[in-house]
Amino acid sequence: MRRRTLLAGAAATAAAAGSAAVLSGCGSSAASGVPTLDFLSLAWQEESVKANKALVAQWNTAHPEVQVRYVQGSWDDVHDQLLTSFEGGAAPDIIHDEGNDLTDFGSGGYLADLTPLLPADVRGRIPAAAWDMARFGKGLYGVPFLQEPRVLIANRSLLAEAGIALPTAERPWTWEEFEDAAKELSHSGGPGERYGVAWPMSSPVSVTLNLSLTTGGRILYRKDDGGTQVRLEQADSAFAEMVRRQVGTDKSAPAGALGMSGGDTLPGFFAGRYAMLPLNLSYRQQVQQQAPAHFDWVTLPLPVGAGAPDGGRAQGVSPQTLSVAEDCKHQAQAAAFIGFMTQTDHLVELAEGDWMAPTGTDALRDPALTTDKLGWSTGMSVAAHLVASPALGRRGYPEWSDKVATPALQQYFSGAIGLDSLRKKLVRDGNRVFDRYRT
Amino acid sequence: MSAAVPVPAPEAAAPQPRPRPTPRQGLRRRAGRTGRTGRAMQYTALLCYLVFLAFPLLWLVSTAFKSPRELGSVDPTWLPRHPTLGNFRTALDEQPLLHAALNSLLVAGAAALVSVVVAVPAAYAMVRFKGAVSRAGTGWILVSQMFPLVLIIIPLFMVLKNLHLIDSRPGLVVVYVVWTLPFVLWMLQSYVKAVPVSLEEAAAIDGCGRLRTLRSVVLPLLAPGLVATLMFAFVTAWNEFFFALVLLKTPEKQTMSVILTHFTGAEGAADLGPLAAASLLATIPSLVFFALLQKRLVGGMLSGAVKG
Repeated sequence: MRRRTLLAGAAATAAAAGSAAVLSGCGSSAASGVPTLDFLSLAWQEESVKANKALVAQWNTAHPEVQVRYVQGSWDDVHDQLLTSFEGGAAPDIIHDEGNDLTDFGSGGYLADLTPLLPADVRGRIPAAAWDMARFGKGLYGVPFLQEPRVLIANRSLLAEAGIALPTAERPWTWEEFEDAAKELSHSGGPGERYGVAWPMSSPVSVTLNLSLTTGGRILYRKDDGGTQVRLEQADSAFAEMVRRQVGTDKSAPAGALGMSGGDTLPGFFAGRYAMLPLNLSYRQQVQQQAPAHFDWVTLPLPVGAGAPDGGRAQGVSPQTLSVAEDCKHQAQAAAFIGFMTQTDHLVELAEGDWMAPTGTDALRDPALTTDKLGWSTGMSVAAHLVASPALGRRGYPEWSDKVATPALQQYFSGAIGLDSLRKKLVRDGNRVFDRYRT
Repeated sequence: MSAAVPVPAPEAAAPQPRPRPTPRQGLRRRAGRTGRTGRAMQYTALLCYLVFLAFPLLWLVSTAFKSPRELGSVDPTWLPRHPTLGNFRTALDEQPLLHAALNSLLVAGAAALVSVVVAVPAAYAMVRFKGAVSRAGTGWILVSQMFPLVLIIIPLFMVLKNLHLIDSRPGLVVVYVVWTLPFVLWMLQSYVKAVPVSLEEAAAIDGCGRLRTLRSVVLPLLAPGLVATLMFAFVTAWNEFFFALVLLKTPEKQTMSVILTHFTGAEGAADLGPLAAASLLATIPSLVFFALLQKRLVGGMLSGAVKG
């Protein structure tokens, strides 16, 4: 009897699945004759999703001739999801992704070259350094719209107790001053053990590449033939050497934090075990949300390398981008929608929602983002100096990163290998990888 | 005068030697002691295993009821200091969890049912009709388990596109049936093997044909195995993420596993409290399903494990 009930229930479930699918099976574009563009958005924070949806609604109201459908995506497996959709010819029309993905998708012919599609005003509102982050070969495969620099999030009370003067956006610390401050803030052993800084290095390659720019290095260099050459000279390795020194010699940074993500280090920061955290700008939201009452924190500019270009302020970033699929039948309209999303006031809304920095020159100066509250003004001043990550546009980078650079840097930071071994692995093994991708 | 010397009772004077246990009694006693120790160790091991298994779920429950501030504490506690339902409210407000759960229920239920319905006659045939086809079928089951998902996803996507089954829940059901069928078939084979052939022979003597035998003799005996298999297929489809992510575009059709990823951002950032609350809600249907079918499931496991 019970079995019969069970089977009947299961059959009803199957029938309901079938009927529900029939009821909601079709899209809207064909029926009404109005083109409907799918916009895959990877926004995930509540405010950001709201801002994106509101902008899509605004567009749809103002443009009845081209409608946009908001499709919520996820950062999890987005590369594989997009690759499958591209190969299957069913990709979303407008794609929110990040700069690192554009290299493969652009060179694979999956993304439309936006050079002839973007209106002039869109080009004018974003600086050249940001456009470099999405231009590979002869094509422009995305519009960089959000970016996040690394900043120092610090426990203001601990710094004040130690009598350390806070750096400012105009006068940031040099890396040497930062090392001294970290040593000053550290107490080893005992129950009150404290480290001046914790380096969350769950993605050691991108951090090392992007921050090597602050010391005048870049590790990945472009060759005349368009290929990639790996080098690890003094300027390239200065940042990695400093981290190693803090962990191994000064003991001002815990070895245990090297395997952590940024979020993992926050409990230790709130408990006073770490005085400073070098984190992406958007982590301010988690700090604000999770910090204990009366916890006094401050956002500081990242230290700079003495003698490096742009005063050592230039960090590399891989920005968030908006692209158009090559298979999109309404590329001009899709590009117009991207132009709408990247209007200055819209960039400001999106940046606020994600606690990130916009790419637009005017948006970076917007009063809503240059307030001193919650470190916004510091973040915007650091963001004004961002340049393309050395990883962008490098074919073979994912393989080099996964197979060569990540294990080599992890070994180096933990003290298992020295600088010579690191150089040998990164350069010799790395160049072999990149040579295979040379076309 | 002689002091009265108590005379010990004969039996107390010297301890009588205990009668030597017979070899059989000795063995039984030792076996009893060893049995009790062994049983205690078994229970201890079982307890450790249960704690190990339950740890993630208990931690999930604990996290779901903690405030963001408590989640940022360096000394996490099992019991939330200030339990809150805020994470559940946020999760339900931010994402269409109930709708996604309904989608998952429909897709997983249909996929489980179809795969079992297809697998029962196939498993019966493979067990009872030995031959080249049966051996080839068994080989296919094993080989099919070796293909990584990423290898088949693009061809599968193209096939489904040609059949107009992209972005449709029936399309996802088809994929899940294909994906779970080999293992379901493998499971059911062991249950069919456990059904004594003599029962079928008796039914045949009574005049039953193959179909009637299958329906009236084999299927009732397979019921526990069917439940176990159904459960496996349901849970596999319920938890599946990548096919659902790639094949479903329309937000209203997305399943629970896909919706859960909307609480995570780039580089491992996550809205931990609402994510835990939503994940907890997502486990409830499976737990209810397990609770309802537990008795039959255990029977099914046992009947499949022991050869008849």
